[in-house]
Amino acid sequence: MARIIVVTSGKGGVGKTTTSAAISMGLAKKGHKTVVIDFDVGLRNLDLIMGCERRVVYDFVNVINGEAALNQALIRDKHCEALSILPASQTRDKDALSLEGVGKILEDLSKDFDYIVCDSPAGIEKGAHLAMYFADDAFIVTNPEVSSVRDSDRMLGLLSSKSRRAELNQEPIKEYLLLSRYSPDRVKLGEMLSVQDVQEILSLHLLGVIPESKSVLNASNSGTPVILDEKSDAGQAYADIVARYLGEDKPHRFIDEKKGLFGKLFGSK
Amino acid sequence: MLTDSEIMTCSAPVLEFKSSTFSVPVIVLSNNDLVAIEEHLRKKNLLAPDFFKNSPVVFDVQLLNQKGISIDIEDLTRVIYQAGMLPIGIRGGDELQNSKARELRIPAYSSLHSVSAESGKKVVQKNTKSATAAESPTTLIITHPVRSGQRVYATGDLIILAQVSAGAEILAEGNVHVYNTLRGRVLAGVQGNTEARIFCSDLQAELISIAGNYKISEDLNDSIRNKPVQVYLQEHSLIIKDIL
Ligand SMILES: Nc1ncnc2c1ncn2[C@@H]1O[C@H](COP(=O)(O)OP(=O)(O)O)[C@@H](O)[C@H]1O
Ligand SMILES: [Mg+2]
Repeated sequence: MARIIVVTSGKGGVGKTTTSAAISMGLAKKGHKTVVIDFDVGLRNLDLIMGCERRVVYDFVNVINGEAALNQALIRDKHCEALSILPASQTRDKDALSLEGVGKILEDLSKDFDYIVCDSPAGIEKGAHLAMYFADDAFIVTNPEVSSVRDSDRMLGLLSSKSRRAELNQEPIKEYLLLSRYSPDRVKLGEMLSVQDVQEILSLHLLGVIPESKSVLNASNSGTPVILDEKSDAGQAYADIVARYLGEDKPHRFIDEKKGLFGKLFGSK
Repeated sequence: MLTDSEIMTCSAPVLEFKSSTFSVPVIVLSNNDLVAIEEHLRKKNLLAPDFFKNSPVVFDVQLLNQKGISIDIEDLTRVIYQAGMLPIGIRGGDELQNSKARELRIPAYSSLHSVSAESGKKVVQKNTKSATAAESPTTLIITHPVRSGQRVYATGDLIILAQVSAGAEILAEGNVHVYNTLRGRVLAGVQGNTEARIFCSDLQAELISIAGNYKISEDLNDSIRNKPVQVYLQEHSLIIKDIL
């Protein structure tokens, strides 16, 4: 049985798709058979970030409607054997997805994969609900600002009441906080919430902090998940996150502001 | 037992009966004055519009029957519908009231109290406070965070061992205890119990209310914020004090 991870937030533009691409690649690179699914029907962009947009023949909706078999729609990643992508449709509207349809696909994928990563659309409506409904684990992507934190809190409420696990009275979905686009300098200036602030408001297990980084834009322009840019801070942050999720003990990084040359030379902390 | 995978396949049964427990507000009537009832429901609605709009409710006519006051079930349900609530049950009704309710497709629940009285006849009525005792309220204990957008309603006391987020709403007919940070809206004594109190270990609430007397966040001064406090009612005004 695969473990189903939903990457969600409530708010748009916080880094869900960036995160879905990075962690699915990270899990696959560690040898776990992984599939990442784009639930953002009508706005597909996971395939762009994964650099496979020119290989899309069939999509998620085709499979649900029985117009294509699952293995016809799955795209094998060009960097990593163990990773597959199930793209969203650009031409359908959100109502094309149904709970039964999604459930059936996840069931089928569960037989072949170790991890299923669901990239949720923004909002708390149907698309986001379908993406999280069957989840075992939830990665809550939050930016260090009040509105994003509030939306994440709202999403956490839905996870604990409107998911399959909640409805069947099973062990609740495991929730992890990913604080993204973090900029210690701006936190210091009081322009952003700090890690502590966010954790205090959400009281959630912190899986990792992803710094605001130019490397994310570069990665998406070149269609390679940022985790493959091993020299970049964001790439390393995602590698840490995957390792921690898999049970490794890694100290948190990217929380303190960058030290200037002076600080580095004298190792002041 | 079916596994999840079996539920998903086409050959699975079309439905299953599951047992679930719901927390539903109960309207306990002590008077048959429909105009007064309508007015009261309207005020409740103003206090917690999100909570009562389209909320399922059970109405309890036991007190009326004890006092020998009659009420027209059809008129009563109409008033409840008009207030935006959805009646899903009658409790404590007599045979006639229950069959009238069934005609309106509203199921009848047996009253906890009358059942025990029938089966034992030994149940000693504490006659002094029988009016409140008849409700037999239960304490609701919540161990997980109450998140933004969520609402919790207790017919008795409400005890919460995790945080209550901004944008969450917790309501109790009795006392409310929050042994964590309280950031949302908290309403105690929502059926008019002026003796109800609110206790919390870190007050940052958006709204606090006891029996309809409320204060909003702006009214809370810094001396009582971010620390353990209790809130109670004294001559229609809310008193907020350190617990210790
Ligand atoms: N850590 C980061 N640093 C800088 N830019 C980022 C970071 N994470 C995401 N972005 C940018 O933010 C935008 C939204 O990201 P995306 O992953 O598409 O969010 P979502 O899927 O939540 O809508 C994109 O332009 C992306 O390049
Ligand atoms: Mg996205």
